Amino acid sequence: MSAPQITPTDSEVGAPEDSGPPQGPRAQRPRRDRDGSHARNYSPGFFVKLALMAVIDALGVYVVWSAWSAESYGILAAMLAMLVAANWVYFSKRALPLKYILPGLLFLLAYQIFVVAYTGYIAFTNYGTGHNTTKDQAVEALLVQNERRVEGSESAPLTVLVDGDELAFAIVTPDGDVEVGTAEQPLTVVDGAEVVGGRAAEVPGYDVLERGQVLERQEEVTNLRVPVSDDPEDGSIRTPDAMTGYVYTSTLEWDAASDTMTDTTTGTVYTPNDDGQFEAEDGSTLAVGWRVAVGFDNFVTAFSDGRYAQPFVKILAWTFVFAIGSVATTFLLGLFLAITFNDVRMRGRKIYRVLMILPYAIPGFLAALLWSGLLNTRFGFINEVIFGGAEIPWLTDPVLAKLSVLFVNLWLGFPYMFLICTGALQSLPSDVMEAAKIDGAGRWRTWRSVTLPLLLISTAPLLISSFAFNFNNFTLIYMLTGGGPRFADASVPLGHTDILISMVYQISGVDGSAPKNFGLASALSIVIFVIVGTISALAFRSTRKFEEIN
Amino acid sequence: MATTSVSPSAGSSSGSSSGTPSGSGVGRQRMKPGRWFSELGWRHLVGVVAVVFAAFPLVYVLSASLSENGTLTGSNTLFSDVSTANYAQLSESLFWTWMLNTLVIAVVTSIGTVLMGAAAAYAFSRFRFSGRRAGLTSLLIIQMFPQMLAFIAIFLLLLSLGDVVPALGLDSKLSLICVYLGGALGVNTFLMYGFFNTVPRELDEAAKLDGATHAQIYWTIILRLVAPILAVVALLSFISTYGEFIIARIVLTSESNWTLAVGLYGWVSSLREANWGLFTAGAVVSALPVLALFLYLQKYIVGGLTAGSVKG
Repeated sequence: MSAPQITPTDSEVGAPEDSGPPQGPRAQRPRRDRDGSHARNYSPGFFVKLALMAVIDALGVYVVWSAWSAESYGILAAMLAMLVAANWVYFSKRALPLKYILPGLLFLLAYQIFVVAYTGYIAFTNYGTGHNTTKDQAVEALLVQNERRVEGSESAPLTVLVDGDELAFAIVTPDGDVEVGTAEQPLTVVDGAEVVGGRAAEVPGYDVLERGQVLERQEEVTNLRVPVSDDPEDGSIRTPDAMTGYVYTSTLEWDAASDTMTDTTTGTVYTPNDDGQFEAEDGSTLAVGWRVAVGFDNFVTAFSDGRYAQPFVKILAWTFVFAIGSVATTFLLGLFLAITFNDVRMRGRKIYRVLMILPYAIPGFLAALLWSGLLNTRFGFINEVIFGGAEIPWLTDPVLAKLSVLFVNLWLGFPYMFLICTGALQSLPSDVMEAAKIDGAGRWRTWRSVTLPLLLISTAPLLISSFAFNFNNFTLIYMLTGGGPRFADASVPLGHTDILISMVYQISGVDGSAPKNFGLASALSIVIFVIVGTISALAFRSTRKFEEIN
Repeated sequence: MATTSVSPSAGSSSGSSSGTPSGSGVGRQRMKPGRWFSELGWRHLVGVVAVVFAAFPLVYVLSASLSENGTLTGSNTLFSDVSTANYAQLSESLFWTWMLNTLVIAVVTSIGTVLMGAAAAYAFSRFRFSGRRAGLTSLLIIQMFPQMLAFIAIFLLLLSLGDVVPALGLDSKLSLICVYLGGALGVNTFLMYGFFNTVPRELDEAAKLDGATHAQIYWTIILRLVAPILAVVALLSFISTYGEFIIARIVLTSESNWTLAVGLYGWVSSLREANWGLFTAGAVVSALPVLALFLYLQKYIVGGLTAGSVKG
C-alpha cells in the first residue's frame, strides 16, 4: 500500500506533488464557474495527473490481483476501497479539500489508525506462540506434526527428482503408474515417465537427482513430506533412505462433524476448549492451538497473575518515576542554566551554548549505547578513570541502575530544556518586569511571583510532550540497560529498569528471545495508550490548545 | 504561548535579551573582582562545569575511536595513541550499507512527511468544509498515541501484507518508509497548520481574483511563504527517523537491510568488549550528519522545539 497513496494533490491544473517544482504560473484560465464546462479544459497538469493516476491504478490493480491469488480478502477489500476513493477524489470536482488530505490520510488510516485498532483487537485474543493461526490451519498442522510411519504400511520404490531447486518424489504404484509430488503439490499420476527396474528413471519436466547430490541434500530429502492427497488425513510419503517411500499417516484423526480430534493409538478423544486448544478429558492438550477471543483475560493476567502482576506493578511505578523524574531533573537543570546564561553582559555565551547543546545534537541511540560502555562495571571509563578502578555496579545494581538511567537521560535532555527555557525567558514581557520593579518587588520576589509563573505557562505544553515522550522512551532503556538487572524472582525476562514499553517488547517476544505472547503484550500497549492519552488529554485541556481550532 | 507559531528567532537571538532582573546595569566599566564574581564570574564557572559535563563523553568517544586497541579497557586513556585503524575497519563490516540505508529511509521519509503534512495543513487552513473541525480534533487526539506502541500490530500487518506484495512486507525498506509515513500526518499537521494560518489569506484571495487556481496558489505562493516550517518539519522528521529503533528493528530482519540504530546496537550488545573501537568509530561517523544539520540549522530547530515537538 505504498505507491498508491503517494497521490498527487493537484486538481484540474495543478502540478502533481511528486513531479518536482511547479511549472510556474500558466496562462490565465477562466474559473470553472465562469467557463461552465471544465471538462473541456484540458491543461498539461491534467495529463500529468492522468498519467500519475494511471500508474497508481496499475499498482493498485496489481495489489488487488495479488491479494486475490493469495486469498487475502481483507487486503483486497481495503485496497479496492482506497483505489476507488483515490479515483473519485482526483477526478471529481466536489472533493477539493480531500485532494490535499487524501495521500496522508490513507497512510494514516493504514499504518496508524488501523494498527492501533488492530492492537485493541489482539489484546482480546490469545494470539501468540501455540495460538498463531486459525482453527483450520491448527488442525492441519496437528495432523501433519503427528504423522508416524505405520508398521506394515504401504511402501513404494521412490526416486528423488528436482525441478529447478525444488525437490520432488516420484513413486511407482503397484499398478505401474508413476506418481510425482512436491511439498506443495500432492501426488499426481504423470504420463510419459520411464520406468527402469521398477523405479522411475525419467520423468518429463523433472531431473533425477544423482546419488551424490542426494547425499549432499540428505537432510532436505529426509525432511521432505509429499502429501498423498489434498486431505491431510490421507498422510504423506516420506523416505528415510531416498530409495523407498513409505506412507506416513497421522496418529490423530480429525472428525469435522463432531469437532473432535482422536488419537488412534491411545483412543483419547480431544475436544476443543475455550482457550483455542484441543483438550482431553484428563486435561491434557495438544501442542498446536488456534487464536480465539479471550475477553479481558489478558488484562486480568496483567493485573493479577502472579508471574506478571508483581513485575507489572513495579514497572508501572518505575515508569512514572522515570518519566516524571526525567522531566523534573532536565527542566530544573535546563532552567538553572538558562537563567545563568541569560545575562547580556556575559561574554562567550554563544560558545557555551553550542558546546552545551552537543548532547542533544547526537542521535539518542548513540548516546545510550555510548553511556552503556562508559558505565560498564569492570572496564568503563567512569569506574576505571574517575573512580580510580572501583567496581561500582552502575548498570547492574537495581538502585544504581535506576539512578544511572535518570542521569543519562539528564545528560541527553537538559540541552532541550535549556533551549526552551532560554526562549521562554527571552520572550517574557519586559513591561511586567518593570511594573514589578516599580512596585518595589525584590529580585527573588519578582522571580517567584512573576517570572516563574509566566515561564511555566509557556513551557507547560512542552513539559507534557516531554513527559509523554519519556513515558515511552524505549530506545534509552533498551540500549542502556536492556531493562536489567533482572528481577530475581520473575519467570519472565523483565528487570528493574524496564519501563512499560520495554515490558511490552519483552513479552511480545518479537525478537525471538522469549515465547511470543502478542495478546498480553497488546493488552499492555492498550494500558499505555490509556495512561498517556488520559494524561495528555487532561493536560492539553487545561492549556488552550483546543481553542486554536476555529 | 508558543504552541503552534514558530518564530525562527525564538531562543536563538542571543544578543537581544531584555528584561532580565539582573541585567539592569548598563555599566561597562571595570567592576571590583568580588562584585564581578557575584554578578558574572559564577556564570562562567557554571558554564565551564556544564560544558565539561556535556562534552566529556563526546571527547571520550572521539578518543576511543582513534585508539589503536579497539577494546573498552584500551580506550580509557584519552588520546594515548592516534590511529585510524577503527575507521578503516568500518569498511570491512556492513557499516556503510547501514549508513546508506538509514540515509535513504530518513531522506525519503522526511520528504514524504513534508509533502503530505503541508498538503493537509493547506487544506485545513484554507478550505472550509464539513468535517474540518472533526478532522482537526481527531488529528489532535491521534497525536497522543505514538505509533510505535502498536508495533505488534504493525508486525502482524506487514506479515500479512508480505504474503500479498513482498515489497510491502517484512524486511523491506519501502515498507518501513510506509510505516513511518503513516505517522507523518498525526505528528506534523498541527505544527504546520498553525504556521499556515499566519500567512494572510488576502494573499491567496488576490491571486484567486487574478485567476490562479488553488493548486497554483498552493505551489507558487503558500509553499514559498511557509518554507521555514517546511524546513523544521523536514529536519525533525529526518532526525527522528535517523535514530528510530523499535520499528526498524522489527521490520528489517536481514542484516544488509538494517539501519544504523539496529546495526550499532547489534555491535554493542554482542561482544561489547571486542567491538568497542568499531562501535565508537561508527558512532562518530553516524553522528556527523545529524550533528552538522543540527548546528548548521540550529535556529530553525530551536524554533520548532519551542513550537512543541520533541526530538526522538
